[in-house]
Amino acid sequence: MTILATRRDILRTGAATGAAFATLLLVRPVLAKPEEMEAAIRAFTGSAPVAKGKVELVLPALVENGNSVPLTVNVAHWMEPNDYVKTIAVFNEKNPQPNVATFHLTPRAGRASVSTRIRLGDSQKITAIAQLSDGSFWVDEAEVIVTLPACAES
Amino acid sequence: MARTLINVPPTAKRGEVVEIKTLISHPMETGFRTGPDGALIPRDIIHRFTCTYNGEEIFSADLFPAITANPFITFTTVATESGELALSWTDDKGQTQMETAKITVE
Amino acid sequence: MSAGSRRLSFLGVGLVMSALVGSAAVGLADADGDSRRSGFDFMGPQTQAMQGDDTSNPGMLAVLEGEDIWNRKAGAADKSCADCHGDAARSMHGVAAHYPAFDTGTGGPINLDQRINTCREKNQEAEPFPWESEEILALSAYVGLQSRGLPVQVGDDTRLAGAIKAGGEAFHRKQGQLDFSCADCHDANWGRKLGGSVIPQGHATGYPIYRLEWQSMGSLQRRLRNCMAGGRAEPYSYGSPEFVELELYLMSRSRGMAVETPAVRP
Repeated sequence: MTILATRRDILRTGAATGAAFATLLLVRPVLAKPEEMEAAIRAFTGSAPVAKGKVELVLPALVENGNSVPLTVNVAHWMEPNDYVKTIAVFNEKNPQPNVATFHLTPRAGRASVSTRIRLGDSQKITAIAQLSDGSFWVDEAEVIVTLPACAES
Repeated sequence: MARTLINVPPTAKRGEVVEIKTLISHPMETGFRTGPDGALIPRDIIHRFTCTYNGEEIFSADLFPAITANPFITFTTVATESGELALSWTDDKGQTQMETAKITVE
Repeated sequence: MSAGSRRLSFLGVGLVMSALVGSAAVGLADADGDSRRSGFDFMGPQTQAMQGDDTSNPGMLAVLEGEDIWNRKAGAADKSCADCHGDAARSMHGVAAHYPAFDTGTGGPINLDQRINTCREKNQEAEPFPWESEEILALSAYVGLQSRGLPVQVGDDTRLAGAIKAGGEAFHRKQGQLDFSCADCHDANWGRKLGGSVIPQGHATGYPIYRLEWQSMGSLQRRLRNCMAGGRAEPYSYGSPEFVELELYLMSRSRGMAVETPAVRP
Protein backbone atom coordinates (compact mmCIF):
# COMPACT_ATOMS: atom_id res chain seq x y z
CA MET A 1 0.00 0.00 0.00
CA THR A 2 1.43 3.34 -1.07
CA ILE A 3 1.19 6.18 1.37
CA LEU A 4 0.91 9.60 -0.23
CA ALA A 5 3.72 11.23 1.69
CA THR A 6 3.96 14.67 0.17
CA ARG A 7 1.46 17.41 -0.63
CA ARG A 8 2.72 17.34 -4.23
CA ASP A 9 1.84 13.68 -4.44
CA ILE A 10 -1.70 14.35 -3.23
CA LEU A 11 -2.18 17.19 -5.73
CA ARG A 12 -0.84 15.08 -8.57
CA THR A 13 -3.17 12.22 -7.71
CA GLY A 14 -6.12 14.61 -7.39
CA ALA A 15 -5.39 16.17 -10.78
CA ALA A 16 -5.14 12.77 -12.41
CA THR A 17 -8.41 11.68 -10.82
CA GLY A 18 -10.03 14.94 -11.87
CA ALA A 19 -8.83 14.52 -15.44
CA ALA A 20 -10.05 10.94 -15.53
CA PHE A 21 -13.39 12.03 -14.12
CA ALA A 22 -13.71 14.78 -16.71
CA THR A 23 -12.92 12.29 -19.47
CA LEU A 24 -15.64 10.03 -18.15
CA LEU A 25 -18.12 12.87 -18.36
CA LEU A 26 -16.99 13.72 -21.88
CA VAL A 27 -17.14 10.15 -23.14
CA ARG A 28 -20.50 9.30 -21.60
CA PRO A 29 -22.97 12.15 -21.90
CA VAL A 30 -25.18 12.48 -18.87
CA LEU A 31 -28.46 10.86 -19.76
CA ALA A 32 -31.62 12.90 -19.42
CA LYS A 33 -33.58 12.19 -16.30
CA PRO A 34 -37.35 12.02 -16.01
CA GLU A 35 -37.26 15.57 -14.58
CA GLU A 36 -35.76 16.85 -17.81
CA MET A 37 -38.58 15.25 -19.78
CA GLU A 38 -41.05 16.86 -17.38
CA ALA A 39 -39.36 20.22 -17.92
CA ALA A 40 -39.48 19.85 -21.69
CA ILE A 41 -43.16 18.90 -21.49
CA ARG A 42 -43.90 21.91 -19.31
CA ALA A 43 -42.10 24.14 -21.82
CA PHE A 44 -44.56 22.84 -24.40
CA THR A 45 -47.78 22.89 -22.36
CA GLY A 46 -47.12 25.81 -20.02
CA SER A 47 -49.28 25.49 -16.92
CA ALA A 48 -52.26 24.10 -18.89
CA PRO A 49 -53.80 20.83 -17.74
CA VAL A 50 -52.95 17.75 -19.80
CA ALA A 51 -55.72 15.18 -20.11
CA LYS A 52 -55.39 11.50 -20.89
CA GLY A 53 -57.21 10.42 -24.02
CA LYS A 54 -57.56 11.02 -27.75
CA VAL A 55 -53.87 10.30 -28.32
CA GLU A 56 -52.64 6.86 -29.32
CA LEU A 57 -48.87 6.36 -29.18
CA VAL A 58 -47.90 3.24 -31.11
CA LEU A 59 -44.48 1.71 -30.36
CA PRO A 60 -43.29 -1.89 -30.28
CA ALA A 61 -43.09 -3.09 -26.66
CA LEU A 62 -39.77 -4.83 -27.26
CA VAL A 63 -37.74 -3.13 -29.96
CA GLU A 64 -35.47 -5.09 -32.26
CA ASN A 65 -32.86 -2.40 -32.29
CA GLY A 66 -32.79 0.84 -30.33
CA ASN A 67 -31.17 2.59 -33.28
CA SER A 68 -34.36 2.47 -35.31
CA VAL A 69 -37.69 2.27 -33.51
CA PRO A 70 -40.84 2.85 -35.56
CA LEU A 71 -43.19 5.34 -33.88
CA THR A 72 -46.70 6.38 -34.83
CA VAL A 73 -49.00 8.87 -33.15
CA ASN A 74 -52.70 8.87 -33.99
CA VAL A 75 -55.05 11.42 -32.46
CA ALA A 76 -58.76 10.61 -32.43
CA HIS A 77 -60.03 14.09 -33.23
CA TRP A 78 -61.48 15.59 -36.40
CA MET A 79 -59.54 18.00 -38.60
CA GLU A 80 -62.03 20.80 -39.33
CA PRO A 81 -60.99 24.33 -40.32
CA ASN A 82 -61.77 25.69 -36.85
CA ASP A 83 -61.29 22.59 -34.74
CA TYR A 84 -58.26 20.43 -35.43
CA VAL A 85 -55.11 18.91 -33.98
CA LYS A 86 -52.47 21.61 -34.22
CA THR A 87 -49.32 20.04 -32.81
CA ILE A 88 -48.07 16.62 -31.78
CA ALA A 89 -44.94 16.68 -29.60
CA VAL A 90 -43.00 13.55 -28.64
CA PHE A 91 -40.68 13.35 -25.63
CA ASN A 92 -38.36 10.71 -24.18
CA GLU A 93 -37.04 10.06 -20.73
CA LYS A 94 -33.48 8.80 -20.99
CA ASN A 95 -31.81 9.95 -24.23
CA PRO A 96 -29.36 12.85 -23.77
CA GLN A 97 -32.11 15.21 -24.95
CA PRO A 98 -35.76 15.03 -23.91
CA ASN A 99 -37.30 16.12 -27.24
CA VAL A 100 -37.85 13.67 -30.07
CA ALA A 101 -39.92 15.59 -32.63
CA THR A 102 -42.64 18.18 -32.88
CA PHE A 103 -45.12 17.84 -35.71
CA HIS A 104 -47.22 20.80 -36.88
CA LEU A 105 -50.47 19.92 -38.60
CA THR A 106 -53.11 21.95 -40.42
CA PRO A 107 -56.81 21.24 -40.99
CA ARG A 108 -55.79 20.05 -44.47
CA ALA A 109 -54.30 16.90 -42.93
CA GLY A 110 -57.60 15.05 -43.05
CA ARG A 111 -56.63 13.02 -40.02
CA ALA A 112 -54.05 13.45 -37.27
CA SER A 113 -51.61 10.63 -37.87
CA VAL A 114 -47.83 10.85 -38.13
CA SER A 115 -45.08 8.23 -38.24
CA THR A 116 -41.33 8.29 -38.00
CA ARG A 117 -38.39 6.22 -36.73
CA ILE A 118 -36.52 7.19 -33.57
CA ARG A 119 -33.43 6.24 -31.62
CA LEU A 120 -33.65 5.11 -28.04
CA GLY A 121 -30.52 4.67 -25.95
CA ASP A 122 -32.16 2.68 -23.19
CA SER A 123 -35.44 1.19 -22.04
CA GLN A 124 -37.61 4.17 -21.16
CA LYS A 125 -40.94 5.95 -21.25
CA ILE A 126 -42.02 7.85 -24.35
CA THR A 127 -44.67 10.58 -24.10
CA ALA A 128 -46.77 12.00 -26.92
CA ILE A 129 -48.79 15.16 -26.34
CA ALA A 130 -51.28 16.63 -28.79
CA GLN A 131 -52.38 20.26 -28.70
CA LEU A 132 -55.75 21.04 -30.26
CA SER A 133 -56.64 24.32 -31.90
CA ASP A 134 -58.77 25.17 -28.84
CA GLY A 135 -55.62 25.11 -26.72
CA SER A 136 -56.33 21.86 -24.88
CA PHE A 137 -53.62 19.23 -24.37
CA TRP A 138 -54.00 15.45 -24.51
CA VAL A 139 -51.42 12.78 -23.70
CA ASP A 140 -50.48 9.14 -24.12
CA GLU A 141 -47.39 7.34 -22.82
CA ALA A 142 -45.65 4.06 -23.59
CA GLU A 143 -42.88 2.09 -21.93
CA VAL A 144 -40.37 0.59 -24.34
CA ILE A 145 -37.76 -2.07 -23.66
CA VAL A 146 -34.48 -1.63 -25.53
CA THR A 147 -31.77 -4.28 -25.56
CA LEU A 148 -28.30 -4.23 -27.06
CA PRO A 149 -27.76 -6.52 -30.06
CA ALA A 150 -25.74 -9.64 -29.48
CA CYS A 151 -23.32 -9.20 -32.38
CA ALA A 152 -22.37 -5.56 -32.79
CA GLU A 153 -19.58 -3.63 -34.52
CA SER A 154 -16.19 -4.01 -32.95
CA MET B 1 -27.92 16.60 -52.73
CA ALA B 2 -29.03 13.77 -50.49
CA ARG B 3 -31.03 10.93 -52.01
CA THR B 4 -34.74 10.96 -51.28
CA LEU B 5 -37.61 8.52 -51.70
CA ILE B 6 -41.03 10.13 -51.77
CA ASN B 7 -44.29 8.25 -51.94
CA VAL B 8 -47.21 10.41 -53.04
CA PRO B 9 -50.04 8.59 -54.78
CA PRO B 10 -49.96 9.89 -58.37
CA THR B 11 -53.76 10.12 -58.50
CA ALA B 12 -56.47 10.51 -55.87
CA LYS B 13 -60.15 11.26 -55.61
CA ARG B 14 -61.18 14.74 -54.50
CA GLY B 15 -61.60 14.77 -50.75
CA GLU B 16 -59.66 11.54 -50.23
CA VAL B 17 -57.13 11.49 -47.40
CA VAL B 18 -53.79 10.36 -48.85
CA GLU B 19 -50.69 9.25 -47.00
CA ILE B 20 -47.36 10.79 -47.93
CA LYS B 21 -44.18 8.90 -47.03
CA THR B 22 -40.75 10.51 -47.18
CA LEU B 23 -37.26 9.12 -46.71
CA ILE B 24 -34.02 11.05 -47.06
CA SER B 25 -30.42 9.89 -46.80
CA HIS B 26 -28.70 11.65 -43.87
CA PRO B 27 -26.51 10.39 -41.00
CA MET B 28 -28.33 12.53 -38.38
CA GLU B 29 -25.15 12.85 -36.32
CA THR B 30 -26.39 13.40 -32.79
CA GLY B 31 -23.48 15.35 -31.38
CA PHE B 32 -23.27 12.85 -28.52
CA ARG B 33 -20.95 10.33 -30.15
CA THR B 34 -17.17 10.31 -29.78
CA GLY B 35 -14.89 9.64 -32.72
CA PRO B 36 -11.88 7.34 -32.82
CA ASP B 37 -9.71 10.16 -31.43
CA GLY B 38 -11.97 10.55 -28.41
CA ALA B 39 -13.34 13.94 -29.45
CA LEU B 40 -17.07 14.56 -29.76
CA ILE B 41 -18.32 14.37 -33.34
CA PRO B 42 -20.20 17.62 -33.89
CA ARG B 43 -23.98 17.52 -34.27
CA ASP B 44 -25.26 17.55 -37.84
CA ILE B 45 -28.91 16.72 -38.24
CA ILE B 46 -31.86 17.68 -40.36
CA HIS B 47 -33.83 19.75 -37.87
CA ARG B 48 -36.76 20.92 -39.99
CA PHE B 49 -39.05 19.36 -42.55
CA THR B 50 -41.88 21.14 -44.36
CA CYS B 51 -44.42 20.23 -46.99
CA THR B 52 -46.46 22.62 -49.11
CA TYR B 53 -49.35 21.75 -51.39
CA ASN B 54 -49.66 24.18 -54.29
CA GLY B 55 -47.75 26.70 -52.24
CA GLU B 56 -49.66 26.38 -48.97
CA GLU B 57 -47.86 24.76 -46.04
CA ILE B 58 -49.82 21.69 -44.96
CA PHE B 59 -47.36 20.03 -42.62
CA SER B 60 -44.04 20.65 -40.91
CA ALA B 61 -41.87 18.98 -38.30
CA ASP B 62 -39.09 19.99 -35.94
CA LEU B 63 -36.65 17.11 -35.62
CA PHE B 64 -34.18 16.39 -32.83
CA PRO B 65 -31.17 14.02 -32.56
CA ALA B 66 -33.48 11.24 -31.40
CA ILE B 67 -34.69 10.83 -34.98
CA THR B 68 -32.97 7.88 -36.67
CA ALA B 69 -30.44 8.28 -39.48
CA ASN B 70 -32.06 8.47 -42.91
CA PRO B 71 -35.15 10.15 -41.47
CA PHE B 72 -38.47 8.63 -42.38
CA ILE B 73 -41.56 10.79 -41.92
CA THR B 74 -45.11 9.99 -42.95
CA PHE B 75 -48.16 12.22 -42.69
CA THR B 76 -51.50 12.74 -44.41
CA THR B 77 -53.27 15.37 -46.45
CA VAL B 78 -56.66 15.75 -48.10
CA ALA B 79 -56.43 15.59 -51.91
CA THR B 80 -58.08 18.90 -52.75
CA GLU B 81 -56.88 19.77 -56.25
CA SER B 82 -54.28 18.62 -58.77
CA GLY B 83 -50.90 20.18 -58.40
CA GLU B 84 -47.55 19.91 -56.78
CA LEU B 85 -46.30 18.97 -53.35
CA ALA B 86 -43.00 20.58 -52.38
CA LEU B 87 -41.01 18.93 -49.60
CA SER B 88 -38.00 20.55 -47.97
CA TRP B 89 -35.44 19.38 -45.45
CA THR B 90 -33.16 21.85 -43.63
CA ASP B 91 -30.00 20.79 -41.82
CA ASP B 92 -27.94 22.35 -39.04
CA LYS B 93 -25.67 24.04 -41.59
CA GLY B 94 -28.71 25.94 -42.83
CA GLN B 95 -28.79 24.12 -46.16
CA THR B 96 -32.23 23.25 -47.51
CA GLN B 97 -33.00 20.53 -50.02
CA MET B 98 -36.29 20.63 -51.86
CA GLU B 99 -38.03 17.91 -53.85
CA THR B 100 -41.38 18.00 -55.60
CA ALA B 101 -44.04 15.44 -56.41
CA LYS B 102 -47.10 15.81 -58.60
CA ILE B 103 -50.57 14.70 -57.67
CA THR B 104 -53.57 14.47 -59.99
CA VAL B 105 -56.92 14.85 -58.26
CA GLU B 106 -60.04 13.82 -60.10
CA MET C 1 -22.72 -38.65 -13.91
CA SER C 2 -19.59 -36.74 -14.88
CA ALA C 3 -19.71 -33.02 -15.55
CA GLY C 4 -19.04 -33.62 -19.26
CA SER C 5 -21.96 -35.93 -19.91
CA ARG C 6 -24.25 -33.88 -17.68
CA ARG C 7 -23.46 -30.88 -19.85
CA LEU C 8 -24.11 -32.92 -22.98
CA SER C 9 -27.49 -34.11 -21.77
CA PHE C 10 -28.42 -30.54 -20.83
CA LEU C 11 -27.38 -29.51 -24.31
CA GLY C 12 -29.48 -32.32 -25.70
CA VAL C 13 -32.56 -31.06 -23.87
CA GLY C 14 -31.64 -27.55 -24.96
CA LEU C 15 -31.43 -28.63 -28.59
CA VAL C 16 -34.81 -30.30 -28.46
CA MET C 17 -36.31 -27.25 -26.76
CA SER C 18 -34.68 -24.87 -29.17
CA ALA C 19 -35.97 -26.88 -32.10
CA LEU C 20 -39.44 -26.68 -30.60
CA VAL C 21 -39.10 -22.97 -29.91
CA GLY C 22 -37.63 -22.47 -33.35
CA SER C 23 -40.42 -24.26 -35.11
CA ALA C 24 -43.10 -22.75 -32.93
CA ALA C 25 -41.76 -19.27 -33.46
CA VAL C 26 -41.21 -19.46 -37.17
CA GLY C 27 -43.30 -22.29 -38.50
CA LEU C 28 -42.75 -25.95 -39.07
CA ALA C 29 -40.99 -27.39 -42.07
CA ASP C 30 -42.55 -27.07 -45.51
CA ALA C 31 -44.45 -29.89 -47.07
CA ASP C 32 -41.24 -30.85 -48.84
CA GLY C 33 -39.36 -30.90 -45.51
CA ASP C 34 -37.41 -27.67 -46.03
CA SER C 35 -37.13 -26.02 -42.64
CA ARG C 36 -34.93 -23.20 -43.87
CA ARG C 37 -36.21 -19.75 -43.05
CA SER C 38 -34.93 -16.37 -44.13
CA GLY C 39 -33.81 -13.87 -41.52
CA PHE C 40 -36.90 -11.93 -42.62
CA ASP C 41 -39.13 -14.43 -40.86
CA PHE C 42 -37.39 -13.81 -37.55
CA MET C 43 -38.00 -10.06 -37.56
CA GLY C 44 -40.86 -8.17 -36.00
CA PRO C 45 -43.72 -6.94 -38.20
CA GLN C 46 -42.52 -3.33 -38.24
CA THR C 47 -39.05 -4.26 -39.53
CA GLN C 48 -40.61 -6.60 -42.07
CA ALA C 49 -42.83 -3.72 -43.24
CA MET C 50 -39.74 -1.54 -43.54
CA GLN C 51 -38.18 -4.04 -45.95
CA GLY C 52 -41.39 -4.73 -47.80
CA ASP C 53 -42.08 -1.15 -48.87
CA ASP C 54 -39.62 0.21 -51.43
CA THR C 55 -40.37 3.78 -50.38
CA SER C 56 -39.62 3.11 -46.72
CA ASN C 57 -36.64 0.78 -47.15
CA PRO C 58 -33.43 2.80 -46.62
CA GLY C 59 -31.62 0.18 -48.71
CA MET C 60 -33.43 1.61 -51.71
CA LEU C 61 -31.56 4.89 -51.19
CA ALA C 62 -28.39 2.92 -51.89
CA VAL C 63 -30.06 1.36 -54.94
CA LEU C 64 -30.77 4.84 -56.31
CA GLU C 65 -27.13 5.74 -55.76
CA GLY C 66 -26.12 2.51 -57.51
CA GLU C 67 -28.27 3.31 -60.50
CA ASP C 68 -26.52 6.66 -60.81
CA ILE C 69 -23.09 5.02 -60.65
CA TRP C 70 -24.21 2.44 -63.23
CA ASN C 71 -24.89 5.24 -65.68
CA ARG C 72 -21.86 7.36 -64.85
CA LYS C 73 -18.80 7.27 -67.12
CA ALA C 74 -15.62 6.42 -65.26
CA GLY C 75 -11.95 5.59 -65.67
CA ALA C 76 -9.43 6.08 -68.45
CA ALA C 77 -11.74 4.22 -70.79
CA ASP C 78 -14.46 6.80 -70.03
CA LYS C 79 -17.15 4.15 -70.00
CA SER C 80 -20.13 3.57 -67.76
CA CYS C 81 -21.46 0.15 -66.79
CA ALA C 82 -24.42 0.97 -69.00
CA ASP C 83 -22.20 1.47 -72.04
CA CYS C 84 -21.43 -2.27 -72.10
CA HIS C 85 -24.27 -3.78 -70.09
CA GLY C 86 -27.13 -1.55 -71.17
CA ASP C 87 -30.24 -1.66 -69.02
CA ALA C 88 -29.36 -3.40 -65.75
CA ALA C 89 -32.86 -4.76 -65.32
CA ARG C 90 -32.26 -6.86 -68.40
CA SER C 91 -28.52 -7.58 -68.39
CA MET C 92 -28.14 -8.12 -64.63
CA HIS C 93 -31.35 -10.10 -64.22
CA GLY C 94 -30.47 -13.14 -62.12
CA VAL C 95 -26.75 -12.39 -62.03
CA ALA C 96 -26.34 -11.69 -58.29
CA ALA C 97 -28.16 -14.95 -57.50
CA HIS C 98 -25.13 -16.83 -58.88
CA TYR C 99 -22.55 -15.16 -56.65
CA PRO C 100 -20.00 -16.03 -55.30
CA ALA C 101 -19.09 -17.62 -58.62
CA PHE C 102 -16.07 -19.27 -60.23
CA ASP C 103 -13.57 -16.85 -61.68
CA THR C 104 -11.52 -18.26 -64.54
CA GLY C 105 -8.96 -15.51 -63.98
CA THR C 106 -8.04 -16.58 -60.46
CA GLY C 107 -9.22 -20.18 -60.66
CA GLY C 108 -11.24 -19.72 -57.51
CA PRO C 109 -14.36 -18.12 -56.12
CA ILE C 110 -15.07 -14.40 -56.31
CA ASN C 111 -17.97 -12.51 -54.83
CA LEU C 112 -20.07 -9.86 -56.51
CA ASP C 113 -18.08 -6.91 -55.13
CA GLN C 114 -14.88 -8.44 -56.48
CA ARG C 115 -16.49 -9.08 -59.87
CA ILE C 116 -17.67 -5.48 -60.07
CA ASN C 117 -14.20 -4.23 -59.21
CA THR C 118 -12.52 -6.58 -61.70
CA CYS C 119 -14.77 -5.17 -64.40
CA ARG C 120 -13.98 -1.66 -63.23
CA GLU C 121 -10.26 -2.21 -63.45
CA LYS C 122 -10.16 -4.16 -66.71
CA ASN C 123 -12.92 -2.56 -68.76
CA GLN C 124 -13.37 0.92 -67.33
CA GLU C 125 -9.66 1.23 -66.46
CA ALA C 126 -10.71 2.83 -63.20
CA GLU C 127 -9.60 2.45 -59.60
CA PRO C 128 -11.46 -0.34 -57.85
CA PHE C 129 -13.86 0.81 -55.15
CA PRO C 130 -12.56 0.14 -51.62
CA TRP C 131 -14.22 -2.60 -49.58
CA GLU C 132 -17.31 -1.34 -47.81
CA SER C 133 -17.24 1.99 -49.64
CA GLU C 134 -20.52 3.75 -50.33
CA GLU C 135 -20.03 3.19 -54.07
CA ILE C 136 -19.44 -0.55 -54.00
CA LEU C 137 -22.36 -1.07 -51.61
CA ALA C 138 -24.60 1.04 -53.82
CA LEU C 139 -23.60 -0.81 -57.00
CA SER C 140 -23.92 -4.26 -55.46
CA ALA C 141 -27.32 -3.25 -54.02
CA TYR C 142 -28.43 -2.10 -57.49
CA VAL C 143 -27.17 -5.26 -59.18
CA GLY C 144 -28.51 -7.40 -56.35
CA LEU C 145 -31.95 -5.85 -56.71
CA GLN C 146 -32.11 -7.24 -60.26
CA SER C 147 -32.17 -10.73 -58.70
CA ARG C 148 -34.74 -9.96 -56.02
CA GLY C 149 -37.27 -12.76 -55.72
CA LEU C 150 -35.18 -15.18 -57.76
CA PRO C 151 -33.80 -18.34 -56.15
CA VAL C 152 -30.16 -18.40 -55.06
CA GLN C 153 -28.22 -20.53 -57.53
CA VAL C 154 -24.84 -21.11 -55.93
CA GLY C 155 -23.10 -24.39 -55.22
CA ASP C 156 -23.62 -26.49 -58.31
CA ASP C 157 -20.35 -25.58 -60.02
CA THR C 158 -18.05 -28.56 -59.46
CA ARG C 159 -15.02 -26.33 -59.90
CA LEU C 160 -15.94 -24.71 -56.58
CA ALA C 161 -16.38 -27.93 -54.63
CA GLY C 162 -13.07 -27.54 -52.79
CA ALA C 163 -13.79 -23.93 -51.84
CA ILE C 164 -17.29 -24.80 -50.61
CA LYS C 165 -15.84 -27.58 -48.48
CA ALA C 166 -13.30 -25.14 -46.99
CA GLY C 167 -16.07 -22.67 -46.27
CA GLY C 168 -18.13 -25.40 -44.64
CA GLU C 169 -15.23 -26.35 -42.42
CA ALA C 170 -14.90 -22.72 -41.35
CA PHE C 171 -18.63 -22.62 -40.61
CA HIS C 172 -18.36 -25.64 -38.34
CA ARG C 173 -15.02 -24.76 -36.74
CA LYS C 174 -15.03 -23.55 -33.15
CA GLN C 175 -13.08 -20.34 -32.81
CA GLY C 176 -12.35 -17.43 -30.53
CA GLN C 177 -12.44 -17.00 -26.79
CA LEU C 178 -16.03 -18.20 -26.54
CA ASP C 179 -15.22 -21.29 -28.61
CA PHE C 180 -18.29 -20.90 -30.81
CA SER C 181 -18.69 -22.10 -34.35
CA CYS C 182 -21.20 -20.47 -36.70
CA ALA C 183 -23.11 -23.76 -36.61
CA ASP C 184 -23.41 -23.63 -32.81
CA CYS C 185 -25.78 -20.68 -33.08
CA HIS C 186 -27.17 -20.76 -36.57
CA ASP C 187 -27.68 -24.50 -37.05
CA ALA C 188 -28.20 -25.72 -33.51
CA ASN C 189 -29.87 -22.79 -31.77
CA TRP C 190 -31.74 -20.72 -34.34
CA GLY C 191 -35.01 -19.40 -33.01
CA ARG C 192 -33.67 -19.08 -29.46
CA LYS C 193 -32.66 -15.77 -27.97
CA LEU C 194 -29.14 -14.41 -27.60
CA GLY C 195 -29.49 -11.42 -25.33
CA GLY C 196 -32.67 -9.76 -26.51
CA SER C 197 -32.23 -10.85 -30.13
CA VAL C 198 -33.62 -13.92 -31.84
CA ILE C 199 -30.92 -16.05 -33.50
CA PRO C 200 -31.68 -16.44 -37.22
CA GLN C 201 -30.47 -19.32 -39.38
CA GLY C 202 -27.74 -17.24 -41.01
CA HIS C 203 -29.00 -17.19 -44.61
CA ALA C 204 -27.32 -14.33 -46.40
CA THR C 205 -29.99 -13.84 -49.04
CA GLY C 206 -30.46 -10.09 -48.68
CA TYR C 207 -26.99 -8.58 -48.95
CA PRO C 208 -25.94 -5.84 -49.01
CA ILE C 209 -28.34 -5.08 -46.18
CA TYR C 210 -29.48 -2.00 -44.34
CA ARG C 211 -28.70 -3.00 -40.78
CA LEU C 212 -30.59 -1.06 -38.11
CA GLU C 213 -27.60 -1.42 -35.78
CA TRP C 214 -25.35 0.33 -38.31
CA GLN C 215 -28.01 2.75 -39.56
CA SER C 216 -26.35 2.23 -42.92
CA MET C 217 -25.72 -0.29 -45.67
CA GLY C 218 -23.16 -3.02 -45.23
CA SER C 219 -21.84 -6.13 -46.93
CA LEU C 220 -22.00 -9.73 -45.79
CA GLN C 221 -18.35 -9.53 -44.82
CA ARG C 222 -19.07 -6.59 -42.52
CA ARG C 223 -21.87 -8.55 -40.87
CA LEU C 224 -19.68 -11.63 -40.50
CA ARG C 225 -16.98 -9.51 -38.85
CA ASN C 226 -19.62 -8.40 -36.33
CA CYS C 227 -20.50 -12.06 -35.70
CA MET C 228 -16.89 -13.02 -35.20
CA ALA C 229 -16.22 -10.07 -32.93
CA GLY C 230 -19.34 -10.98 -30.98
CA GLY C 231 -17.96 -14.45 -30.45
CA ARG C 232 -14.60 -12.93 -29.42
CA ALA C 233 -12.82 -14.38 -32.44
CA GLU C 234 -10.35 -12.58 -34.67
CA PRO C 235 -12.40 -11.39 -37.67
CA TYR C 236 -11.10 -12.25 -41.13
CA SER C 237 -9.83 -9.32 -43.19
CA TYR C 238 -11.99 -7.87 -45.91
CA GLY C 239 -11.45 -9.71 -49.17
CA SER C 240 -9.48 -12.54 -47.61
CA PRO C 241 -9.80 -15.99 -49.24
CA GLU C 242 -11.32 -17.33 -46.00
CA PHE C 243 -14.10 -14.80 -46.29
CA VAL C 244 -14.96 -15.56 -49.89
CA GLU C 245 -14.97 -19.30 -49.14
CA LEU C 246 -17.30 -18.72 -46.18
CA GLU C 247 -19.58 -16.51 -48.29
CA LEU C 248 -19.60 -19.21 -50.96
CA TYR C 249 -20.52 -21.88 -48.42
CA LEU C 250 -23.27 -19.71 -46.92
CA MET C 251 -24.83 -19.00 -50.29
CA SER C 252 -24.69 -22.66 -51.31
CA ARG C 253 -26.39 -23.48 -48.00
CA SER C 254 -29.15 -21.05 -49.02
CA ARG C 255 -29.54 -22.55 -52.49
CA GLY C 256 -33.10 -22.17 -53.70
CA MET C 257 -34.12 -19.49 -51.22
CA ALA C 258 -35.24 -16.15 -52.62
CA VAL C 259 -32.86 -13.22 -52.99
CA GLU C 260 -34.07 -10.29 -50.88
CA THR C 261 -31.55 -7.58 -51.72
CA PRO C 262 -31.66 -4.93 -50.36
CA ALA C 263 -32.86 -6.46 -47.10
CA VAL C 264 -33.39 -4.75 -43.74
CA ARG C 265 -32.05 -6.54 -40.68
CA PRO C 266 -31.80 -5.60 -36.98
